[in-house]
Amino acid sequence: MSAELTQSGAEILLRALKDQGVEVIFGYPGGAVLPIYDALFNQNAIRHILVRQEGGAVHAAEGYARSTGKVGVVLVTSGPGATNAVTGLVDALMDSIPIVCLTGQVPTHLIGNDAFQEADTTGITRPATKHNYLVKRAEDLARVVHEAFYVARSGRPGPVVIDLPKDIVINPAPYAEPAAQHPSYRPRTEPDLGQIAKAVALMKQAKRPMIYAGGGVINSGPEASAALTKLTRLTGFPITNTLMGLGCYPASDPQFLGMLGMHGTYEANLAMHDCDVLLAVGARFDDRVTGRLNAFSQGSQKIHIDIDGSSINKNVPVEVPIMADAGKALNALLAAWQASDDPVDKPALASWWREIDGWKAKDSLKFTQDMKRGGIIKPQYAIQRLFEITRARGKEVFITTEVGQHQMWAAQHFHFEQPNHWMTSGGLGTMGYGLPAAMGVQIAHPDACVIDIAGEASILMNIQEMGTLAQYRLPVKVFILNNQYMGMVRQWQELLHGSRYSETYSAALPDFVKLADAFHATGMRAQSVDQLDDVINAMLDCPTAVIADIAVDQAENCFPMIPSGAAHNEMLLGPEHEASGAGITDAGLALV
Amino acid sequence: MTPRAPDVPSPARNLVHVMLSPTDTTQRSATISVLVDNESGVLARVIGLFSGRGYNIDSLTVAPVDAGGLHSRINVVTSGTSMVIEQIKAQLDRLVPVHRVADLTMDGPHVARELALVKVIGTGEQRVEAMRIADTFRARVVDTTLGSFVFELTGNVEKIDAFIELMRDLGLAEVSRSGIAALARGTRVI
Ligand SMILES: Cc1ncc(C[n+]2csc(CCOP(=O)(O)OP(=O)(O)O)c2C)c(N)n1
Ligand SMILES: [Mg+2]
Repeated sequence: MSAELTQSGAEILLRALKDQGVEVIFGYPGGAVLPIYDALFNQNAIRHILVRQEGGAVHAAEGYARSTGKVGVVLVTSGPGATNAVTGLVDALMDSIPIVCLTGQVPTHLIGNDAFQEADTTGITRPATKHNYLVKRAEDLARVVHEAFYVARSGRPGPVVIDLPKDIVINPAPYAEPAAQHPSYRPRTEPDLGQIAKAVALMKQAKRPMIYAGGGVINSGPEASAALTKLTRLTGFPITNTLMGLGCYPASDPQFLGMLGMHGTYEANLAMHDCDVLLAVGARFDDRVTGRLNAFSQGSQKIHIDIDGSSINKNVPVEVPIMADAGKALNALLAAWQASDDPVDKPALASWWREIDGWKAKDSLKFTQDMKRGGIIKPQYAIQRLFEITRARGKEVFITTEVGQHQMWAAQHFHFEQPNHWMTSGGLGTMGYGLPAAMGVQIAHPDACVIDIAGEASILMNIQEMGTLAQYRLPVKVFILNNQYMGMVRQWQELLHGSRYSETYSAALPDFVKLADAFHATGMRAQSVDQLDDVINAMLDCPTAVIADIAVDQAENCFPMIPSGAAHNEMLLGPEHEASGAGITDAGLALV
Repeated sequence: MTPRAPDVPSPARNLVHVMLSPTDTTQRSATISVLVDNESGVLARVIGLFSGRGYNIDSLTVAPVDAGGLHSRINVVTSGTSMVIEQIKAQLDRLVPVHRVADLTMDGPHVARELALVKVIGTGEQRVEAMRIADTFRARVVDTTLGSFVFELTGNVEKIDAFIELMRDLGLAEVSRSGIAALARGTRVI
């Protein structure tokens, strides 16, 4: 190495991060990353947020990434630091979130020796990441960092790990600018115009069209959501969103049928079932969406836009595959639609809408709230009021969730007009996601109102991050729908396992008000419906972080529900509706 | 062989434009060649993809194939329904160090060859018979003692299977097979 190498690997690392536009790192120190922390100490360009557990760092970076469209950055030490990060990495992989995770490693000469805090991080994270690197030579360091950012954000985004042996960050290293082109990874983003023409021809003749849009539209950027909205309005087609896609189309729009899938609306699922042309954009036909595959939208011809070729024809074969960036493909569709003279079948479309309106009239999300003083709060009502009150206040609101019934109720009863304002763990379903994710969102949007809609069980999985909120004065609001049960599991036990509530009661819960207090936050509690609005208002007025413990009906189930292994038209509706649905088959019982 | 320069933009994988049917359970075998960066972990990535997603590996070979040793070619023989094979190709194609994926079985005629070393232990008439059969298979003797042979045989998988089958009654002791190497016929390259 030449004598003019004056910067250490750690300094080169930070320089590369700066050149990638990194402003914030979520991390936790340890022996293997001490040189990096030393370099961080000596600079001001990059802010470091000290989490309380490495799992929290990855979810925080996910929240940061999802609410900004930027790459989230994580820094953890070797061994346990890296293994603690694995859940977050898989979460980001499943939900296609761009993350670069820097992990410390023992020095290169000790690798393979079972050294203190050594773990085979690249081995462990290979199936947990989109790609990973072990940097073994100083001259590779800067190139690998730039490449990692490129890989994380290009194509279908995902998490990338860079494993950094301690000697690599201590020793001098040369700097390298980002390369103009990656040698092998160049995902296609432009749509094939022949396929676009085929898609428009299909859409023009449709008698019962349907648009099904997912998280890929959000990942593609706000222009994609704008193009989708324009196209949908121009065509007059009904549209549904996946759990990941909520916000990519304005929920208040009359063409929006709500979320589809296992806990989707009656109208969205029946329209999927009965449509004759289905336009799927940035959605991957996952099992929570399709229900029983051989009964899924059997009568439709399908157009599928996805940037990930492996998502096309994976579960459901499609007539018109379009491998492209969602935004570019939607804009191409829009242009081709406008240029085409083919007529649309207006009478057919009108009668399709009449049918859909009939399903809508069923009001499948209906619930009844006892408004008397002392009335037990329905969880749906708590979300509805949270939505109405925050909307009336007009401040920008970001919602994260944990995993369970509360997550589904939030998806059903909180409505999103814009992309990037709804952050939930969809693919992996990670309890403990919401609080750290909210932290990451609040870092990126210090003046916004950031609320984690939580369950009393999930919140305990990463409760330590309350400490991080206190340290950085992040006024995140934790809104717990406390049903004293792992409600979603309890619901399955009720419906599928003879109401044998095996290990799902949330026994020995902490006093959440005191817990908030212990973490320098503000605690509050609503026991009955007459207290709900006051607590929500107090929470929103509070300048500090808040835990609001909302006691809700313990027996409430989340409906509608398509049981595992059932078809879209075999939906269970709630007690508000007359008996419905096919129930659960033995084959369905074996499914998750 | 010289692989195409890696800086030629990777052509977008041809998406199947024929309809695949999930109810079609017919299994087919596919010989897939993958051109990858010759970097550490790349084989683990490919194998992990197959094991993690439950795909079959019937044969697998890997070796650097260019002068600089920058690129390796992986040949994998797998089997599954058409939908599964298309998935396998798409999954391989999106791995970061993968330059190109070719389905030699689907894309046209191809040649596939395997090398086997076969140890046969025996004396007397058995030994003579083993030698005679080896001759008709054009196997070479690469090691011999008074009581044993090691034959080297190349050919397609069926030929090697047949040879090994015949050796069973003649003192077959041990087999080492390379897995297949494969190329498209004619002027086509990966
Ligand atoms: C880390 C993790 N462990 C287990 C599960 C399985 N699981 C899904 S929902 C749930 C219960 C969640 O309970 P709570 O947070 O109280 O939410 P509720 O359903 O009651 O609204 C469990 C245990 C999971 N999703 N994630
Ligand atoms: Mg609960």
